[in-house]
Amino acid sequence: MMLSRTADHLYWMSRYTERAENLARMLEVNTRMGLLLRQDEQLDLAWAATLAMIGQLEGYRARHAMVSADRVIAYLAFDAGNPGSIVSHLHSARENARAVRGTLTSEQWETINSTWLELGGLRREGLSTDELIDFFEWVKFRSHLLRGVTQGTMLRDEGFDFTRIGTFLERADSTARILDVQLRLLAPEGLEAAGSVDYYKYSALLASVSAFEIYRKVYRDRITPDRVAELLILRADMPRSLHRCVNELTTHLAAVANDQSGETIRRAGELHALLLYGRIDLILEEGLHEFLANFLIRIRDLGRRIGQDFLVSSAG
Amino acid sequence: MSGGLRPAMATMSYDEMRDGQGRVRRHYQGFDTWLAGVPADRLDQKRAEADLLFRRVGITFAVYGEEAGSERLIPFDIVPRIITAQEWRKLFRGLRQRVNALNAFLSDIYHEQEILKAGRIPPEHVLCNTQYRPEMQDIEVPEDIYAHIAGIDVVRAGEGEFYVLEDNLRVPSGVSYMLEDRKVMMRLFPELFARYAVEPVEHYPDILLDNLRSVAPPGVREPTVALLTPGANNSAYFEHAFLAQQMGIELVEGQDLLVRDGFVFMRTTRGPKRVHVIYRRIDDDFLDPLAFRPDSMLGVPGLLAAYRAGHVTIANAIGTGVADDKSIYPYVPEMIRFYLEEEPIIDNVPTRILRKSEDLLYTLDHLDELVVKEVHGAGGYGMLVGPKASSAEIERFRTLIKAHPERYIAQPTLALSTCPTFVEEGIAPRHIDLRPFVLSGSDVRIVPGGLTRVALRQGSLVVNSSQGGGTKDTWVLQR
Repeated sequence: MMLSRTADHLYWMSRYTERAENLARMLEVNTRMGLLLRQDEQLDLAWAATLAMIGQLEGYRARHAMVSADRVIAYLAFDAGNPGSIVSHLHSARENARAVRGTLTSEQWETINSTWLELGGLRREGLSTDELIDFFEWVKFRSHLLRGVTQGTMLRDEGFDFTRIGTFLERADSTARILDVQLRLLAPEGLEAAGSVDYYKYSALLASVSAFEIYRKVYRDRITPDRVAELLILRADMPRSLHRCVNELTTHLAAVANDQSGETIRRAGELHALLLYGRIDLILEEGLHEFLANFLIRIRDLGRRIGQDFLVSSAG
Repeated sequence: MSGGLRPAMATMSYDEMRDGQGRVRRHYQGFDTWLAGVPADRLDQKRAEADLLFRRVGITFAVYGEEAGSERLIPFDIVPRIITAQEWRKLFRGLRQRVNALNAFLSDIYHEQEILKAGRIPPEHVLCNTQYRPEMQDIEVPEDIYAHIAGIDVVRAGEGEFYVLEDNLRVPSGVSYMLEDRKVMMRLFPELFARYAVEPVEHYPDILLDNLRSVAPPGVREPTVALLTPGANNSAYFEHAFLAQQMGIELVEGQDLLVRDGFVFMRTTRGPKRVHVIYRRIDDDFLDPLAFRPDSMLGVPGLLAAYRAGHVTIANAIGTGVADDKSIYPYVPEMIRFYLEEEPIIDNVPTRILRKSEDLLYTLDHLDELVVKEVHGAGGYGMLVGPKASSAEIERFRTLIKAHPERYIAQPTLALSTCPTFVEEGIAPRHIDLRPFVLSGSDVRIVPGGLTRVALRQGSLVVNSSQGGGTKDTWVLQR
């Protein structure tokens, strides 16, 4: 039992941290892809698709007439006026942490606070490509650090469960979006139709979700698009796969179950079953984009239901 | 922390460590010997370490609104303020007596008003006071206690000569500094605690929780206590979070509580859970938008009704401000005589009430030596320090006082005591005060000592943290 507001802040603290990390991953993969692409048009297409996928194309267009790598990166990484930028997410994470700092362990608070303080000291303009990649790496590592500190210091009570729920809901959402946008760019005609595979582009995609080495270990074979999809959707042992995320979600949801959460837990279980018993060839046959779109709708539904069941008490 | 200007003649001050001839007082000799044996660079290093410790724990007061995350440290001074066992015994008895009388006064005022009927305090002082809450009339509160937590500001003017400068009976703060100062001091200089038998203070959160549980509504055996904060943007938020954590109780905001059928609940992940005692750190005005300020976003609609029904205890009670108001302060010794039939053990600073014509005449004649305070002013606003004021300022006050004498009181400038303190030039005497925290429930308890605040600027009497004041660890010796 804990205050709904406390649970809410913990949940959003970890969601925003994860969101900052995932956005850094998306920007990193696009930046690396940019090094592989020869034509600027293709690159701009990739950036426009990324903006659209995370629902920020409109907001971007309101400020910038043209889609170009520099501007999109500045907008998504450093623009404090954009509520969807990395700096805004890190700010939101810290604000949520600050509101419940008495509930956090001192190590958690110090980690999240020093992330914010360090961010304030970083240069944000005129960064070269390698400096940009360093920044994205930094964001990822600060997120790793907070997760590790949480794992290593936090009491295993409901507060921990809600922290994990926030992390995995956000990660499921993000992995699905990354997959959808990148696979469509790489194989516009569908994965089966993708003949010659651009090895470097797929490895950049895998690396963006820390899956390149895992792919090698699991398949011990060349990179093929259907296996990339299988690894990131169905493998339960792949930490950022949809299956893994939903596994974690159902575990921690079960731990906090209350009188009104029955339907939410059922829906999470249903989604879990889809991934547990899913086959990649059938998913591809059905259409990968349709599958991922459906997955994202279900994840959003779960997020809304978790909010209603736990974070805002229905009483009074 | 409230406080304001502390009047004194700097040159005449009593020093806690040295007597008039510059000799180290007996209870400071051990410290003096120790200090002489510590190399200067080690002290510098320890002081830097202290800063780091405070910053890491996050004992800062928020200066929010500025560029995100700017939080300032309250300076900590490593020279302790030492109080002898004998002095503390007297202080303890005096504080207990005073708070008992204040609680008796509050109970009387909200019931029979005997003290007004007896003509010991002019009724209009109480009944026309904005801090008097008619909503509290004839409500029974557990143990008949109103001010569960009292911060009594005490100053020393000479050997054994203590005065109460101010009573804080609403939401006194600062106790987290008392606790953290001790923690840091023990961490930095464990060897000093081997030399001195110092009374511990670390159990404060335990006895506070005990105290709060002891005033639960009648019949509740396992009361749930919650600390009600205005939220993370309040300057004392660190203390709220700290105390809630130390006591293991929930830190709630108004939006976390709801009133249903006259009972108070908090919203949890498992549904509503009943709350029996609320340790509130929100002013009366903001507690319940249905009863007080309707625009308050911090409070809980219906809380007063639940309180009046006796279903929840609020600590401190609503309406305690009527007893710590500056216009009531001069009558506290009278309360002690009336309710306890005792003489005050710790004196008030002699105070002239300017609504009385002889006091008014005297004050107008001596404006250049007196401190004049506005009755409802707080935090050093609306105040004249005669010896330090320009003649223009004095004349401005003369006009103000003549227009509304009932709005002012006057006090002599006190020679506030000093304590050696690290400043840029080395160690030098700086003015200090003391805020002990008096807990009243089924009995009265005070952890020995309290919070010592120090004015870091030479000759300054301002101990406020917002104006460059610092804090010191306060030692009460066991023998």
